[in-house]
Amino acid sequence: MSYKMHALVCGGTGCRASSSQGIIAKLRETLETKHLEEEVQVIATGCFGFCEQGPIVKIMPDNTFYTRVTPEDVGEIVNEHVIKGRKVERLLYKDPERRERASDSKHMGFYRKQLRVALRNCGFIDPENIEEYIGRDGYAALAKCLGEMTPEEVVKEIKLSGLRGRGGGGFPTGLKWEFASRYSADQKYVVCNADEGDPGAFMDRSIMEGDPHSVIEAMAICGYSIGATRGLVYIRAEYPLAIQRLKTAIRQAEEYGLLGEGVLGSDFCFSIELRYGAGAFVCGEETALIHSMEGARGEPTMKPPFPAESGYLNRPTNVNNVETFANVPVIITKGANWFNKIGTERSKGTKVFALAGKINNVGLIEVPMGTTLREVIYEIGGGIKNGKKFKAVQTGGPSGGCLTEKHLDVPIDFDNLLASGSMMGSGGMIVMDEDDCMVAVAKFYLDFTVEESCGKCTPCRVGNKRLHEILDKITRGEGEPADIDRLRNLGKVIKDTALCGLGQTSPNPVLSTLDNFLDEYLAHVNKRECPAGRCKELLAYVIDPLLCIGCTLCTRTCPTGAITGNRKEPHRVDAAKCIKCGTCIDKCKFKAISVH
Amino acid sequence: MTTITLPKCTIDALVQICAKHHNQPGELINILHEAQGTLGYLPREVQEVIARQLRIPVSRVYGVVTFYSFFTMTPKGRHPISVCMGTACYVRGAETVLDEFKRRLSIGVGGVTPDGQFSLDSLRCVGACGLAPVVLVGEKVYGRVTLPDVEKIITEHSRPASDPS
Repeated sequence: MSYKMHALVCGGTGCRASSSQGIIAKLRETLETKHLEEEVQVIATGCFGFCEQGPIVKIMPDNTFYTRVTPEDVGEIVNEHVIKGRKVERLLYKDPERRERASDSKHMGFYRKQLRVALRNCGFIDPENIEEYIGRDGYAALAKCLGEMTPEEVVKEIKLSGLRGRGGGGFPTGLKWEFASRYSADQKYVVCNADEGDPGAFMDRSIMEGDPHSVIEAMAICGYSIGATRGLVYIRAEYPLAIQRLKTAIRQAEEYGLLGEGVLGSDFCFSIELRYGAGAFVCGEETALIHSMEGARGEPTMKPPFPAESGYLNRPTNVNNVETFANVPVIITKGANWFNKIGTERSKGTKVFALAGKINNVGLIEVPMGTTLREVIYEIGGGIKNGKKFKAVQTGGPSGGCLTEKHLDVPIDFDNLLASGSMMGSGGMIVMDEDDCMVAVAKFYLDFTVEESCGKCTPCRVGNKRLHEILDKITRGEGEPADIDRLRNLGKVIKDTALCGLGQTSPNPVLSTLDNFLDEYLAHVNKRECPAGRCKELLAYVIDPLLCIGCTLCTRTCPTGAITGNRKEPHRVDAAKCIKCGTCIDKCKFKAISVH
Repeated sequence: MTTITLPKCTIDALVQICAKHHNQPGELINILHEAQGTLGYLPREVQEVIARQLRIPVSRVYGVVTFYSFFTMTPKGRHPISVCMGTACYVRGAETVLDEFKRRLSIGVGGVTPDGQFSLDSLRCVGACGLAPVVLVGEKVYGRVTLPDVEKIITEHSRPASDPS
C-alpha cells in the first residue's frame, strides 16, 4: 500500500505529556470517517526537538510543521490541509523576530543552524517499526562491518573519526574500543550507559525513544570490533517509554536476524539485554554502573583496573553512552573522513544539547562542535524569555559550571568549556536570567550532590555537606566574609582528593559562580542582600501606595491571603503571612509591588 | 531475624519473584524492582524474605534498598504527587510550587497525608523540560504549573474514588 501523505506526530515523553496520543487517536478516527485511512498514514515518531512548541504534527511530503496542536485542531487539519490542500495558518510556527509564520522547519531559526547526526532519525521515523530504520540506511553499517571490514579496521575507523565520549568525560571512543579489544577472555561485554542522571538533560532518552535501532546497531558493531558477544543496556527505570521501545526494537532486530546467532548470515553472534537502574547519579560513573548491574550498591572503585580489563563480572567490558553509540553507524557508512571534517580540531562531530531554563525555544538541539554559545542561545534558542537580561548559562549539569556574558563567543567544544571553568558533561544547558540568584543556584546543585553522594569517600560525603551548609548560611543572610575563602579552599580540596568523577567535579558549580559572580556572594555576606531577589530570608514584599490603584488583582491571586486592602485604595502585604512566592509581582500591571 | 508476619500470599509472591531470577544475588536489583512493583514499597520484612531466598545477609538487601532513590520503605499515598526539581524546572519556579504543595497538604517531602490520599516527593527531571515546571500525579503530567494550579490539582484528585479521573 502506498500512502499519498504522512502525518508525523511527536510521540516523545514531552509531547505525550501534552496529549499527543489524543491527537494520534483523533487523527486516525477523523481520517477513517472521511475514508482517507488508506491515503494518509499516521506515524508516531520520536522527538522533533522543539519541545517548547509541542505537541508537533508534521505533514509530509509538503513538510508542513504545525505547533502546539490540540486534539480539537485535528478536524481542521484534516478538512483544510489533507482534503483541500490549504495550510492551517494559525497552527504554523510564528517566528517572534521576523513576525511571520514559517511553514517548514528549514525556515525556522530553531532549526537553521542545527546539524542532526545523532538525532538524524528522531522525528522522521516510526521508532517501533524496524523497516523505517532500515529504509534510512539502518543496519547498513553493521552489514558493512561484517562483510567488508575486519574488527581492527572498525576500531581504526572509529579512532580516525575523532569521536569522543558524549556522556561527560570526552574520552576518545576509538581508543576505548582498542583497549577492550586487546584483552582476551571467555566472555566480553558491551555496555550502553543509558542511566541519564543529569537533571535537565534528556537527549539519551529521546534517542532511545525516537531511534532505538541506532543504539542497537552500534552496540553490535562495537561487539564485533572488540570481540564481545553480549550487550547490556543499563537504563533508568524512570524511562518506561524508552524501555518499551528498546524492547520492541531488540525483538524486531532478532526477528530480522540482526541480533542473535549468526548475525546477517556471518558467524558473529550478539545479543542484548536490559538492566535497570534505580535512581543514582553516581551510576553514570562506569565502575559504579558495573557494580549496580551486578546487583550491588553503585559505589565506584579505583581505576585501574579499567573496565576494559576487568569490568562486568570481572570480564573485559566496554562502556559507552547512548549518544556516543548513536554516532557510530553514520561514521561507518559515511566514513571517518566525513565525520572528522565536522567540528573543531580536537572535538569532532556534533553535540546534542538539552536547551532549557529561561529561554524562548526550549528543546533538544544538535549543533556542530565549535558553534558559539551566542548562536545557541540567541539564534537557535530565540533569546531570553520575557525579554529579560541574560545572566548565565549552566553547562555540564551538577559537575559543570556557570558561564557568563564574556563566554558567549567561545566556540563550544570539550576543551574550551573546560578552559572556561565548566565542562561539556552530557549536554544539559540551562539558561538563567537576571532573576536567578547564583548563590542559590550553587546551593541547588550542592543539594543534588549531597543527596547523590554514595558516601564511600570522605571528601565527597563530608566535604560537600559542609559546602552546602556554608551556602545555606549565606542564602539565609547569616554568612560572614571568611565563608567565601572557606568555600574556595574546601572546594579545591574536594576536587583534589575525591575518589570518583562525581566528587572531583561536585564543587564546580560553587567555584565557577565564585569566579564569575563574586559580587553576588559579597552582597549576601556584607549587605545581607540578594541582588536577584530570590533568597526568601533576605526579602520583604512591599506595595508602593503611590503606584497601587487598588485593583484587587493581587488579593485575588495571593495563595495565602497575605494582601489586604479596599477597592481603589492602596493595599498592604502582611509580612507574617507572605510566603514570598512572587505571584503578586507577576500579576500587578502597575509595577506597584517590589522586593526589598 | 525477626518473625515474619506478612500474609502467606505476599511471601509466596516474593518467593516466586526470587525463583524467577534463579535466586541469584546478582539479580537483586531486578528482584527489588519487581517486588516494589507488586507491593508498592519494600518494608523490612519484605527485605528479610528476599535475603533468605537469595541466601545473602539482610544488611546487603537493606544497603541496596536505601542506596537507590527509586526504592522506598514507606507506602505512597493513593495519589502520589511528584514535583520535578530538575534544573530546568528549578529555574522556572519549581521550588515555590513544591513549597505550595507542602503548605496546602501540610506534609513535607517524602510525607503522606494522614488520610493516605496524597504523598509528596520531589524527583529529578522527567525530561519534559519544555513544560517546566512539571508536576506528576501518578502517571499524569501537569506542565507549566503555576501557584494557583496547585489548589486545582489537589481538588481534582480529592474527588470520590468512583470518579474515573
